[in-house]
Amino acid sequence: MLGGRLSFFVKMFMAFFKIGAFTLGGGYAMIPLMKLEMVEKNKWLKEEEFLDIIAVSQSVPGAVAINTSVYIGYKLGGLTGAIFALFGTVLPSFLTILFIAYFYREVSEITYFNKALKGVYPSIFILILSAAFSLWKKALKDYQSYVIFIMSLFLLLFVNVYPGILILVFGLIGVFRGLYKDEKRMKKND
Amino acid sequence: MIDYIKLFLAFFKVGLFGFGGGYAMLPLIQKEVVEINKWLDFKEFMDVLAISQVTPGPISVNAATFVGYKVKGVLGSAFATLGVAMPSFIIILFLAYIIKKYRSQIKAVEYFFQAIRPVVIALILQAAINIGRNSITGIKEFTIAAVTFAGIYFLKANPIAVIFFSALFGVLIYR
Repeated sequence: MLGGRLSFFVKMFMAFFKIGAFTLGGGYAMIPLMKLEMVEKNKWLKEEEFLDIIAVSQSVPGAVAINTSVYIGYKLGGLTGAIFALFGTVLPSFLTILFIAYFYREVSEITYFNKALKGVYPSIFILILSAAFSLWKKALKDYQSYVIFIMSLFLLLFVNVYPGILILVFGLIGVFRGLYKDEKRMKKND
Repeated sequence: MIDYIKLFLAFFKVGLFGFGGGYAMLPLIQKEVVEINKWLDFKEFMDVLAISQVTPGPISVNAATFVGYKVKGVLGSAFATLGVAMPSFIIILFLAYIIKKYRSQIKAVEYFFQAIRPVVIALILQAAINIGRNSITGIKEFTIAAVTFAGIYFLKANPIAVIFFSALFGVLIYR
Protein backbone atom coordinates (compact mmCIF):
# COMPACT_ATOMS: atom_id res chain seq x y z
CA MET A 1 0.00 0.00 0.00
CA LEU A 2 2.72 2.39 1.09
CA GLY A 3 4.93 1.17 -1.74
CA GLY A 4 2.15 1.74 -4.28
CA ARG A 5 1.65 5.27 -3.03
CA LEU A 6 5.34 6.03 -3.15
CA SER A 7 5.74 4.68 -6.65
CA PHE A 8 2.83 6.86 -7.75
CA PHE A 9 4.54 9.96 -6.34
CA VAL A 10 7.80 9.02 -8.02
CA LYS A 11 5.99 8.55 -11.34
CA MET A 12 4.32 11.92 -10.94
CA PHE A 13 7.62 13.55 -10.02
CA MET A 14 9.24 12.11 -13.16
CA ALA A 15 6.39 13.36 -15.34
CA PHE A 16 6.74 16.89 -13.98
CA PHE A 17 10.51 16.71 -14.24
CA LYS A 18 10.18 15.89 -17.95
CA ILE A 19 7.76 18.78 -18.42
CA GLY A 20 10.10 21.17 -16.61
CA ALA A 21 13.11 20.03 -18.62
CA PHE A 22 11.46 20.57 -22.00
CA THR A 23 9.52 23.76 -21.32
CA LEU A 24 11.51 26.13 -23.49
CA GLY A 25 10.30 29.57 -24.44
CA GLY A 26 7.84 30.58 -21.76
CA GLY A 27 4.97 29.24 -19.68
CA TYR A 28 2.56 28.30 -22.43
CA ALA A 29 5.07 25.97 -23.99
CA MET A 30 4.35 23.55 -21.17
CA ILE A 31 0.68 23.17 -22.12
CA PRO A 32 1.21 20.60 -24.90
CA LEU A 33 3.64 18.70 -22.66
CA MET A 34 1.33 18.70 -19.67
CA LYS A 35 -1.57 17.64 -21.82
CA LEU A 36 0.50 14.75 -23.12
CA GLU A 37 1.70 13.58 -19.70
CA MET A 38 -1.37 14.30 -17.56
CA VAL A 39 -4.31 13.81 -19.92
CA GLU A 40 -3.18 11.44 -22.66
CA LYS A 41 -0.43 9.22 -21.31
CA ASN A 42 -1.25 8.77 -17.63
CA LYS A 43 -4.94 9.72 -17.81
CA TRP A 44 -4.68 11.50 -14.48
CA LEU A 45 -6.92 14.35 -15.64
CA LYS A 46 -9.88 14.82 -17.96
CA GLU A 47 -9.58 17.51 -20.62
CA GLU A 48 -12.19 19.65 -18.87
CA GLU A 49 -10.30 19.43 -15.59
CA PHE A 50 -7.12 20.44 -17.36
CA LEU A 51 -8.82 23.53 -18.81
CA ASP A 52 -10.20 24.51 -15.40
CA ILE A 53 -6.77 24.20 -13.81
CA ILE A 54 -5.21 26.42 -16.49
CA ALA A 55 -7.92 29.00 -15.85
CA VAL A 56 -7.17 29.18 -12.12
CA SER A 57 -3.40 29.11 -12.70
CA GLN A 58 -3.64 32.02 -15.12
CA SER A 59 -5.65 34.17 -12.75
CA VAL A 60 -3.34 34.24 -9.75
CA PRO A 61 0.19 35.65 -9.38
CA GLY A 62 3.30 33.61 -10.09
CA ALA A 63 4.69 31.55 -12.95
CA VAL A 64 1.91 29.71 -14.80
CA ALA A 65 3.98 26.52 -15.02
CA ILE A 66 4.40 26.43 -11.24
CA ASN A 67 0.77 27.25 -10.53
CA THR A 68 -0.44 24.55 -12.89
CA SER A 69 1.93 21.90 -11.51
CA VAL A 70 1.06 22.62 -7.89
CA TYR A 71 -2.65 22.46 -8.67
CA ILE A 72 -2.37 19.18 -10.56
CA GLY A 73 -0.11 17.73 -7.87
CA TYR A 74 -2.61 18.64 -5.17
CA LYS A 75 -5.48 17.19 -7.15
CA LEU A 76 -3.66 13.92 -7.68
CA GLY A 77 -1.98 13.46 -4.32
CA GLY A 78 -2.95 16.15 -1.80
CA LEU A 79 -0.25 18.20 -0.09
CA THR A 80 2.45 15.57 -0.71
CA GLY A 81 1.47 15.48 -4.37
CA ALA A 82 1.75 19.26 -4.61
CA ILE A 83 5.26 19.18 -3.12
CA PHE A 84 6.43 16.43 -5.48
CA ALA A 85 4.96 18.29 -8.47
CA LEU A 86 6.58 21.58 -7.44
CA PHE A 87 10.02 20.02 -7.04
CA GLY A 88 9.67 18.03 -10.24
CA THR A 89 8.88 21.17 -12.25
CA VAL A 90 11.49 23.41 -10.67
CA LEU A 91 14.44 21.01 -10.43
CA PRO A 92 15.40 20.90 -14.15
CA SER A 93 15.57 24.72 -14.29
CA PHE A 94 17.40 24.85 -11.00
CA LEU A 95 20.05 22.33 -12.06
CA THR A 96 20.51 23.85 -15.53
CA ILE A 97 21.01 27.33 -14.11
CA LEU A 98 23.40 26.13 -11.41
CA PHE A 99 25.41 24.34 -14.06
CA ILE A 100 25.58 27.45 -16.24
CA ALA A 101 26.24 29.78 -13.31
CA TYR A 102 29.12 27.59 -12.20
CA PHE A 103 30.84 27.38 -15.58
CA TYR A 104 29.70 30.69 -16.94
CA ARG A 105 32.34 33.15 -18.15
CA GLU A 106 30.59 35.42 -20.62
CA VAL A 107 27.27 35.75 -22.40
CA SER A 108 28.64 34.51 -25.70
CA GLU A 109 28.79 31.05 -24.15
CA ILE A 110 25.03 30.86 -24.14
CA THR A 111 24.77 31.25 -27.90
CA TYR A 112 24.05 27.54 -28.17
CA PHE A 113 21.01 27.95 -25.99
CA ASN A 114 20.00 30.94 -28.09
CA LYS A 115 20.22 28.99 -31.32
CA ALA A 116 18.36 26.05 -29.82
CA LEU A 117 15.58 28.35 -28.68
CA LYS A 118 15.33 29.93 -32.14
CA GLY A 119 14.88 26.47 -33.58
CA VAL A 120 12.33 25.52 -30.95
CA TYR A 121 9.98 28.51 -31.24
CA PRO A 122 8.35 27.54 -34.57
CA SER A 123 7.78 24.03 -33.18
CA ILE A 124 6.25 25.37 -29.99
CA PHE A 125 3.94 27.53 -32.09
CA ILE A 126 2.56 24.41 -33.80
CA LEU A 127 2.45 22.37 -30.58
CA ILE A 128 0.47 25.00 -28.67
CA LEU A 129 -1.82 25.53 -31.64
CA SER A 130 -2.54 21.84 -31.83
CA ALA A 131 -3.18 21.67 -28.06
CA ALA A 132 -5.73 24.48 -28.43
CA PHE A 133 -7.53 22.66 -31.24
CA SER A 134 -7.62 19.33 -29.48
CA LEU A 135 -9.12 20.91 -26.36
CA TRP A 136 -11.53 22.90 -28.49
CA LYS A 137 -14.54 20.58 -28.47
CA LYS A 138 -14.50 20.23 -24.70
CA ALA A 139 -14.93 23.98 -24.31
CA LEU A 140 -16.94 25.15 -27.29
CA LYS A 141 -20.22 23.32 -27.22
CA ASP A 142 -22.98 25.83 -27.87
CA TYR A 143 -23.68 29.23 -29.30
CA GLN A 144 -22.91 31.07 -26.04
CA SER A 145 -19.50 29.49 -25.71
CA TYR A 146 -18.58 30.63 -29.22
CA VAL A 147 -19.58 34.18 -28.34
CA ILE A 148 -17.42 34.07 -25.19
CA PHE A 149 -14.54 32.60 -27.18
CA ILE A 150 -14.61 35.23 -29.94
CA MET A 151 -14.97 38.12 -27.50
CA SER A 152 -12.10 36.79 -25.35
CA LEU A 153 -9.78 36.28 -28.28
CA PHE A 154 -10.52 39.77 -29.58
CA LEU A 155 -9.94 41.37 -26.16
CA LEU A 156 -6.72 39.43 -25.64
CA LEU A 157 -5.24 40.13 -29.04
CA PHE A 158 -6.28 43.72 -29.60
CA VAL A 159 -7.06 45.27 -26.23
CA ASN A 160 -4.45 43.37 -24.20
CA VAL A 161 -6.76 42.67 -21.28
CA TYR A 162 -5.32 40.85 -18.27
CA PRO A 163 -6.46 37.20 -18.46
CA GLY A 164 -7.61 37.10 -14.82
CA ILE A 165 -10.12 39.89 -15.50
CA LEU A 166 -11.62 38.02 -18.47
CA ILE A 167 -11.93 34.84 -16.47
CA LEU A 168 -13.57 36.63 -13.55
CA VAL A 169 -16.04 38.59 -15.70
CA PHE A 170 -17.12 35.74 -17.99
CA GLY A 171 -17.18 33.35 -15.04
CA LEU A 172 -19.54 35.59 -13.07
CA ILE A 173 -21.79 36.09 -16.10
CA GLY A 174 -21.92 32.31 -16.40
CA VAL A 175 -22.85 31.95 -12.75
CA PHE A 176 -25.72 34.45 -12.97
CA ARG A 177 -27.00 32.90 -16.19
CA GLY A 178 -26.90 29.43 -14.68
CA LEU A 179 -28.63 30.42 -11.47
CA TYR A 180 -31.25 32.44 -13.33
CA LYS A 181 -32.06 29.47 -15.56
CA ASP A 182 -32.35 27.19 -12.54
CA GLU A 183 -34.76 29.58 -10.90
CA LYS A 184 -36.94 29.76 -14.01
CA ARG A 185 -36.96 25.98 -14.19
CA MET A 186 -37.99 25.71 -10.55
CA LYS A 187 -40.85 28.19 -10.99
CA LYS A 188 -42.08 26.20 -13.96
CA ASN A 189 -42.19 23.06 -11.88
CA ASP A 190 -44.17 24.70 -9.04
CA MET B 1 21.89 33.90 7.59
CA ILE B 2 20.45 37.35 7.05
CA ASP B 3 21.41 37.20 3.37
CA TYR B 4 19.48 33.98 2.88
CA ILE B 5 16.41 35.48 4.46
CA LYS B 6 16.78 38.60 2.34
CA LEU B 7 17.00 36.49 -0.82
CA PHE B 8 13.96 34.49 0.19
CA LEU B 9 11.90 37.58 0.99
CA ALA B 10 12.90 39.52 -2.13
CA PHE B 11 11.86 36.67 -4.41
CA PHE B 12 8.80 35.92 -2.31
CA LYS B 13 7.66 39.46 -3.13
CA VAL B 14 8.33 38.84 -6.83
CA GLY B 15 6.23 35.67 -6.71
CA LEU B 16 3.45 37.35 -4.78
CA PHE B 17 3.04 40.43 -6.96
CA GLY B 18 4.01 38.89 -10.29
CA PHE B 19 0.64 38.82 -11.98
CA GLY B 20 0.67 37.70 -15.57
CA GLY B 21 3.71 35.44 -15.13
CA GLY B 22 6.97 35.43 -17.09
CA TYR B 23 7.79 38.74 -18.64
CA ALA B 24 5.44 40.67 -16.38
CA MET B 25 7.65 39.63 -13.47
CA LEU B 26 10.90 40.99 -14.91
CA PRO B 27 10.52 44.63 -13.77
CA LEU B 28 9.78 43.38 -10.24
CA ILE B 29 12.89 41.20 -10.25
CA GLN B 30 14.98 44.09 -11.53
CA LYS B 31 13.69 46.37 -8.78
CA GLU B 32 14.51 43.86 -6.03
CA VAL B 33 17.86 42.74 -7.40
CA VAL B 34 19.35 45.91 -8.86
CA GLU B 35 17.68 48.80 -7.05
CA ILE B 36 16.67 47.71 -3.57
CA ASN B 37 19.26 45.09 -2.65
CA LYS B 38 22.01 46.05 -5.11
CA TRP B 39 23.01 42.41 -5.55
CA LEU B 40 23.85 42.96 -9.23
CA ASP B 41 24.53 45.96 -11.39
CA PHE B 42 22.38 46.59 -14.45
CA LYS B 43 24.72 44.90 -16.89
CA GLU B 44 25.04 41.76 -14.77
CA PHE B 45 21.28 41.68 -14.43
CA MET B 46 20.86 41.82 -18.21
CA ASP B 47 23.18 38.82 -18.51
CA VAL B 48 21.08 36.93 -16.00
CA LEU B 49 17.94 37.73 -17.98
CA ALA B 50 19.51 36.65 -21.25
CA ILE B 51 20.33 33.27 -19.75
CA SER B 52 17.01 32.90 -17.92
CA GLN B 53 15.10 33.35 -21.15
CA VAL B 54 16.89 30.73 -23.17
CA THR B 55 17.14 27.94 -20.58
CA PRO B 56 14.26 25.57 -19.78
CA GLY B 57 11.64 26.50 -17.22
CA PRO B 58 9.89 29.65 -15.98
CA ILE B 59 11.95 32.84 -16.36
CA SER B 60 11.25 33.89 -12.78
CA VAL B 61 12.55 30.60 -11.39
CA ASN B 62 15.64 30.73 -13.59
CA ALA B 63 16.40 34.31 -12.60
CA ALA B 64 15.88 33.52 -8.91
CA THR B 65 18.24 30.55 -9.09
CA PHE B 66 20.90 32.56 -10.92
CA VAL B 67 20.76 35.62 -8.67
CA GLY B 68 20.70 33.44 -5.55
CA TYR B 69 23.79 31.61 -6.75
CA LYS B 70 25.65 34.84 -7.47
CA VAL B 71 24.84 36.25 -4.05
CA LYS B 72 25.24 33.21 -1.81
CA GLY B 73 26.13 30.09 -3.79
CA VAL B 74 24.01 26.95 -4.03
CA LEU B 75 22.20 27.52 -0.74
CA GLY B 76 21.42 31.09 -1.81
CA SER B 77 19.88 29.84 -5.03
CA ALA B 78 17.76 27.35 -3.06
CA PHE B 79 16.41 30.14 -0.83
CA ALA B 80 15.69 32.45 -3.76
CA THR B 81 13.97 29.72 -5.78
CA LEU B 82 11.83 28.59 -2.85
CA GLY B 83 10.96 32.24 -2.26
CA VAL B 84 9.69 32.82 -5.79
CA ALA B 85 7.66 29.58 -5.81
CA MET B 86 6.18 29.82 -2.32
CA PRO B 87 3.41 32.38 -3.00
CA SER B 88 2.14 30.28 -5.94
CA PHE B 89 2.24 27.21 -3.77
CA ILE B 90 0.23 28.76 -0.94
CA ILE B 91 -2.31 30.58 -3.11
CA ILE B 92 -2.96 27.59 -5.39
CA LEU B 93 -3.31 25.14 -2.51
CA PHE B 94 -5.78 27.45 -0.83
CA LEU B 95 -7.86 27.90 -4.01
CA ALA B 96 -7.69 24.22 -4.95
CA TYR B 97 -8.91 23.28 -1.48
CA ILE B 98 -11.82 25.74 -1.59
CA ILE B 99 -12.84 24.67 -5.10
CA LYS B 100 -12.69 20.99 -4.20
CA LYS B 101 -14.75 21.55 -1.09
CA TYR B 102 -17.55 23.57 -2.66
CA ARG B 103 -17.66 22.31 -6.24
CA SER B 104 -20.14 19.52 -5.60
CA GLN B 105 -22.26 21.51 -3.14
CA ILE B 106 -22.58 24.87 -4.84
CA LYS B 107 -23.80 24.83 -8.40
CA ALA B 108 -22.41 28.31 -9.03
CA VAL B 109 -18.84 26.93 -9.00
CA GLU B 110 -19.69 24.52 -11.81
CA TYR B 111 -21.37 27.28 -13.83
CA PHE B 112 -18.31 29.45 -13.36
CA PHE B 113 -15.97 26.83 -14.82
CA GLN B 114 -18.27 25.95 -17.69
CA ALA B 115 -18.40 29.60 -18.71
CA ILE B 116 -14.65 30.17 -18.67
CA ARG B 117 -13.51 27.16 -20.69
CA PRO B 118 -13.86 29.09 -23.98
CA VAL B 119 -11.76 31.88 -22.41
CA VAL B 120 -9.00 29.36 -21.72
CA ILE B 121 -9.02 28.20 -25.35
CA ALA B 122 -8.73 31.85 -26.39
CA LEU B 123 -5.79 32.27 -23.99
CA ILE B 124 -3.94 29.27 -25.41
CA LEU B 125 -4.61 30.41 -28.97
CA GLN B 126 -3.40 33.91 -28.16
CA ALA B 127 -0.15 32.48 -26.78
CA ALA B 128 0.30 30.44 -29.96
CA ILE B 129 -0.44 33.44 -32.20
CA ASN B 130 2.05 35.64 -30.34
CA ILE B 131 4.78 33.04 -30.57
CA GLY B 132 4.01 32.36 -34.23
CA ARG B 133 3.98 36.04 -35.12
CA ASN B 134 7.38 36.62 -33.56
CA SER B 135 9.10 33.45 -34.65
CA ILE B 136 7.95 32.56 -38.17
CA THR B 137 10.13 35.17 -39.81
CA GLY B 138 11.67 33.32 -42.73
CA ILE B 139 11.84 30.16 -44.76
CA LYS B 140 13.89 28.26 -42.15
CA GLU B 141 11.36 28.92 -39.42
CA PHE B 142 8.47 28.11 -41.71
CA THR B 143 10.13 24.82 -42.56
CA ILE B 144 10.53 23.90 -38.89
CA ALA B 145 6.87 24.69 -38.30
CA ALA B 146 5.77 22.66 -41.34
CA VAL B 147 7.90 19.67 -40.37
CA THR B 148 6.54 19.83 -36.82
CA PHE B 149 3.01 19.89 -38.16
CA ALA B 150 3.65 16.88 -40.39
CA GLY B 151 5.43 15.08 -37.55
CA ILE B 152 2.69 15.39 -34.98
CA TYR B 153 -0.26 14.82 -37.32
CA PHE B 154 1.03 12.16 -39.69
CA LEU B 155 3.71 10.43 -37.68
CA LYS B 156 2.14 11.03 -34.27
CA ALA B 157 5.52 12.21 -33.05
CA ASN B 158 6.05 12.80 -29.35
CA PRO B 159 6.15 16.57 -28.54
CA ILE B 160 9.26 16.08 -26.42
CA ALA B 161 11.06 14.48 -29.36
CA VAL B 162 9.84 17.33 -31.57
CA ILE B 163 11.24 19.94 -29.18
CA PHE B 164 14.51 18.07 -28.87
CA PHE B 165 15.04 17.79 -32.62
CA SER B 166 14.05 21.36 -33.40
CA ALA B 167 16.49 22.55 -30.71
CA LEU B 168 19.22 20.45 -32.30
CA PHE B 169 18.24 21.76 -35.71
CA GLY B 170 18.45 25.32 -34.40
CA VAL B 171 21.97 24.75 -33.11
CA LEU B 172 23.02 23.35 -36.48
CA ILE B 173 21.46 25.88 -38.87
CA TYR B 174 21.83 29.22 -37.06
CA ARG B 175 25.12 30.94 -36.81
